[in-house]
Amino acid sequence: MEFLRPASWEEALAAKAEHPSAVPIAGGTDVMVEINFDHRRPTHLMDLNRVPELHEWEVGDGTVRLGASVSYSKIIDELAPVLPGLALASHTVGSPQIRNRGSVGGNLGAASPAGDSHPALLAAGAEVEVESVRGIRSIPVEDFYTGVKRNALAEDELIKWVHIRKADGPQQFSKVGTRNAMVIAVCAFGIALHPGTRTVQTGVGSAAPTPLRARAAEDFLNAALEDGGFWDNGRTIPPSVAREFAQLCSGACNPIDDVRGSATYRRRAVGVMARRTLGWIWESYRAGGNGRTTEGGARCA
Amino acid sequence: MAPTTRPTGTPTKLEQGAGAEAGVGDSPLRPDGTLKVTGEFAYSSDMWHEDMLWGCTLRSPHAHAEIVSIDIGEALAQAGVYAVLTYDDLPTEVKNYGLEIQDTPVLAHGRVRHHGEPVALVAADHPETARRAAAKIKVEYRELPVVHNEESALAADAPLLHEGRADHHSPHVPHPNIVHRQPIVRGDAKAAAERAEAIVTGEYEVGMQDQAFLGPESGLAVPAEDGGVDLYIATQWLHADLRQIAPVLGLPEEKVRMTLSGVGGAFGGREDLSMQIHACLLALVTGKPVKIVYNRFESFFGHVHRHPAKLWYEHGATRDGKLTHMRCRIVLDGGAYASSSPAVVGNAASLSVGPYVVDDVEIEALALYTNNPPCGAMRGFGAVQACFAYEAQMDKLAAELGMDPVELRQKNAMSQGTVMPTGQTVDSPAPVAELLRRVKAMPLPMEAQWENVGGEPDVRALPGGLSNTTHGEGVVRGVGYAVGIKNVGFSEGFDDYSTARVRLQVVGGEPVAMVHTAMAEVGQGGVTVHAQIARTELGVARVNIQPADTRVGSAGSTSASRQTYVTGGAVKYVCELVREQVLERGRRKFGTYHPAWATAELLLEGGKVVTDGGEVLASLADVLGDEPVEAEDEWRHRPTEPFDLRTGQGFGHVQYSFAAHRAVVEVDTELGLVKVVELACAQDVGKAMNPQAVVGQIQGGTTQGLGLAVMEEIVVDPGAKVRNPSFTDYLIPTILDTPTIPVDVLELADEHAPYGLRGAGEAPTLSSTPAVVAAIRAATGKALRRVPVRPEHIVEV
Repeated sequence: MEFLRPASWEEALAAKAEHPSAVPIAGGTDVMVEINFDHRRPTHLMDLNRVPELHEWEVGDGTVRLGASVSYSKIIDELAPVLPGLALASHTVGSPQIRNRGSVGGNLGAASPAGDSHPALLAAGAEVEVESVRGIRSIPVEDFYTGVKRNALAEDELIKWVHIRKADGPQQFSKVGTRNAMVIAVCAFGIALHPGTRTVQTGVGSAAPTPLRARAAEDFLNAALEDGGFWDNGRTIPPSVAREFAQLCSGACNPIDDVRGSATYRRRAVGVMARRTLGWIWESYRAGGNGRTTEGGARCA
Repeated sequence: MAPTTRPTGTPTKLEQGAGAEAGVGDSPLRPDGTLKVTGEFAYSSDMWHEDMLWGCTLRSPHAHAEIVSIDIGEALAQAGVYAVLTYDDLPTEVKNYGLEIQDTPVLAHGRVRHHGEPVALVAADHPETARRAAAKIKVEYRELPVVHNEESALAADAPLLHEGRADHHSPHVPHPNIVHRQPIVRGDAKAAAERAEAIVTGEYEVGMQDQAFLGPESGLAVPAEDGGVDLYIATQWLHADLRQIAPVLGLPEEKVRMTLSGVGGAFGGREDLSMQIHACLLALVTGKPVKIVYNRFESFFGHVHRHPAKLWYEHGATRDGKLTHMRCRIVLDGGAYASSSPAVVGNAASLSVGPYVVDDVEIEALALYTNNPPCGAMRGFGAVQACFAYEAQMDKLAAELGMDPVELRQKNAMSQGTVMPTGQTVDSPAPVAELLRRVKAMPLPMEAQWENVGGEPDVRALPGGLSNTTHGEGVVRGVGYAVGIKNVGFSEGFDDYSTARVRLQVVGGEPVAMVHTAMAEVGQGGVTVHAQIARTELGVARVNIQPADTRVGSAGSTSASRQTYVTGGAVKYVCELVREQVLERGRRKFGTYHPAWATAELLLEGGKVVTDGGEVLASLADVLGDEPVEAEDEWRHRPTEPFDLRTGQGFGHVQYSFAAHRAVVEVDTELGLVKVVELACAQDVGKAMNPQAVVGQIQGGTTQGLGLAVMEEIVVDPGAKVRNPSFTDYLIPTILDTPTIPVDVLELADEHAPYGLRGAGEAPTLSSTPAVVAAIRAATGKALRRVPVRPEHIVEV
C-alpha cells in the first residue's frame, strides 16, 4: 500500500487523477477500521490532513461552507447556532475520540446509509462541492447517495466543501440505537422547518439503501400547513396531520432486517421520530413567535 | 537457541507499604490501580521480546465441514514466514484438550465443528506477514449439515458432534449430543401440585452473552535452553492450563514454566485455553519467542460464551402464596465442545429453585452438543439463566395471586436451615427476606429527572440518551425486584484447594512479608486482599506480592467467587504457620526474659510480638534476626460430594451467596428504548474484607447483568454462524447506560469460611437481569420472556 501525502488541494487532485483507486483518508475513523479488518486493501491511501482548506469553514449569508475534514467536535462547538440539526446529529456520533477525528466529508465519502450526518444534511438542504483536475461539480446532497455505500463521486474526484443552508427555523435530529450512547443508528430522522420558504424538509437515515428525503410526507405537510394557515396563525398542528405525516415518513422507508433491528421496527420507529420531532420544531416555532426559535440549542434570527 | 533474557511487559512483584491501617476490613488502594488508570500497566498484549515472532491462527469459516485438504505450500513460501503448522504437525499422541472432557482439538483434524475453529497456525516476523500467509493456506472444505438447537441435536438422524464418546458422562446421557444431564427429584411434585390453588407456567429464553473482557487473548512463549518453554500468559488458572498444555507439547510439567501476565478481565472467558498451546508449539518449532494477540474480531471466536438457554417452569402455590411445588426443564446450548458444560448443568439444576423453600420438585437440566460456538464459564455459571426464569415466574405467580411480588418472595424465602432440592441443608446465614426488605426500603429515585425548569430536557436522563429520541413522550417508569442464589467455590466433590507460600524476613531493619501464590489476578483485587491478610495475621506493614507463576503450587481458578475464600484462606492459614514458627523462635531466643512467652496468648501486631493483654515482648526484627521464616502449604475448604445421577441428591456446594436488586427503569413505550435509572443492590458478603473493593465487585456484576437484560447478545444464525463479532454490534453498557447503583452490604459471618467471608463476585450478576426485566414489564405490561430485551419485544411489531 502506498501512502500519498499531498501538501495542497491541487496536489491532492493531481494525485487522485494519477491514482484513481487511491482512498482518501482524513480522520480515519472509517477507513482505518476497514483496513485493520482487511475489508479493503487499497493500492494507495491519500492523507488529506495537510490540505488546510479542508479543515476550514465559513458562515456566509445563506449557507455555511464546511470543509470536508472539519471534525464533528468543531461542528458541535462552533456551528450549532447556524447548523443546529447537524450539531445534534454530530453529538450522536461515536465517542468523544471519534467526534474529534470524524468529519462530514468522511460520512459522505463512505455513504453508509447509517451515517449520522446524512439526515441532518438532507433536512437542512445541502450541496456537495466535488472537484477533480477536470473541474468542479456541485451535487445536491439528495443526488449524492447512489446506493449502499456508493455515491456520485467520479473516480478522480474529491469532496472539498459541503454547502449547507443556514437554519432559518428550528431543526431536530433523532436517532434510534439500542444503547444510550456510542451506537450505530438502527434508524435516524432529521427535520428542518424553513419559514422563509414555508416548507418542511426531512431526512431519513438507515432505513433504506440510501439516506433519503420523505418527499410525500413533506408535500403532504407543506400543503396541510399552507391550507390551514398554520404559518401565520401559529396554531398547534392537529394530531391527525402529525399522524399522517408520520405514516408517510414510515412509508418512505425501504429498510432491511439485520442484526441491529428488524425492517418493521425501523419503519415504525421512523414514524415515531417523525411525529415527535415535528412536534418539537413546531412548538419551538410557535414559542418563538412564528419564526424566532431556540430549539436544539439554535437561536435563529 | 533463543536468548533466555526476560521479555519486557512481564510482571514484577507488587510492593505494598500501606501501613498497619490496611489490614482485613480496611480499604487500601489496589497496588496496580494507579498503573491501570494511567495506562502504564503492562497487559499481556503489551509484552515484547527481542527477536520474537508473531503467531496467527487460521480459523474455519464454516460451522460444520469436513476438511478435504490443506495446502500450506504458498503460505510457507512467503518471505518472513518461519512456520506453518496443522494437525499433522502436533508432536505427540495427545491432540485434544479440555477442562473436564478432552474433546477440543488443538488444531482441527479432518472436520471443523464450529465457526471460527482453529485449523492452522503461522509464525512470521511481523503480524501482518503472518496474517497474509494464513490467508494463503488453501483449505478445501465440504460443508456438513449443522446441528443448532435441541430439535436438530436430538433428532433420530442427527449428525453426532462427537462419535464414540468415552467420557464419564457418556454412559448416563440419553443421546450422544447431550454433554451431561442432571435430574433432581425431591418430594412428590405431582401430589403437591394437587394442593396448588394457583399454578403458573412459563417458557423463557436467555441469549448468548459474552464476557467481553477488554484485554484480548494474548501471550508470549519463549523457548528455553533445556528444551522446555516459558509461557507468559493472561489466564484464570495457571495450573489447569499447565495440565492441558504439557501433554500436547510432550513435555513434563516442570519444563513448561508459566507466569501470569497482565490480565485485562476474564469473567470466565479465560478458563479454557485459547492461544496457549499454539504459541508454545510455534516457539518450540521455530526456536524463537512467539507472541500471539487476538484482535477483537478473533477474540469473539477465541473464548467460550455464556450458555444460551431455554427454560420451562411450573410453580404452584396455595391462595395465601405458599409455594407447593416446582417443575422445570433447562436446556443449555453447550456448542461444539464440552468446556465446563457439565458443571454448568450441575449448577443450573441444583440452583433452579432459587432462594426459596420448595419441598416438592422435579428438575431436569442438560447441555447439548451443537455446531454453535462453544459455551462454558461466565460469571454466574448456570445460575444466571435459572434466576432469570424463576424470578419471572415469581412475578407471574404474584400477579396470579394478586399479591405484592416482594411479599410473595419473602413468604417463601429460604433461611439458615432450609433444605435445598439436593437435600443439602443450608448451614450458614441466608438472609433472603432481609435483603429484599433492604432494597425495597431504599428511597426511590426522583421522578422525571430529565426535566429542567424552563430549559431543554436533559436527554441523558431519558431512554435514547443523546440520540434525542424523546423529551418525555411515551416514557413510563417501572420498578422491579429480584433475588438470586449462587454457589461459591467448586462443587460436586471437586478437590478445590489453594497453595500459598509466605516468607517473613527483615529488610532494612523492618519486617517484610512476602506472599507467593499462583492466583490469577484478573481485576478482582486478590493482590490487595492477600496483602491485607498478611498484615492482619503477621502484624507487618510491608508486604510484597510475588508474581503468580507455576513455581508455587496451584491456587485453583479465579472463578466461582472462590479466590478470596480459598486462596485468601490459604494465605491466612500459611501466615498462621509462619506466626507459629516466629513465636517458637521467639520463645527459644527470648523465652527466659519474660514469663509471658510461655504462658500468654501471643499476637503479632505493629511489627512486634505482644501478649493478648497488649504487653510488648519483642520486636519482630529482633526475633527474626537474619534468618527468614518461611512456610508453604495447601488449604482446602470443606469437602463436597457429587449429585446422585438419578435423584440429584448430595452435599454438592460449599457455600451459598445471595443478592437482591431493585431496578427502576424509564421505558420509551413507543420506541422500546430503556433507560435504567437505578439498580439498588443488597448483598450479604459475610465479611467485607475490603469494603470499597466489594462494592466495586457488586456494581460491576450488577452492570454485567444489566447488559444481559437489555443489550448483550452474540447473535448466531440458523447456520450456526456468528453475526456480530465486534464491539460495533455486540453492545455492552457505556457509562451513560450504567445507572446509580446504591449498595447495601450485609456482613453475616459464615462460620465455615475464613474471617466468615462469603464469595461475592457472582451473586450480583444473577438478580440484576431479572430485576431490570421485571421493571420493564411493570412499565409496559409486556410478557418479555427473553433476554436481552430488544426494542422489538417492547413495541411488539
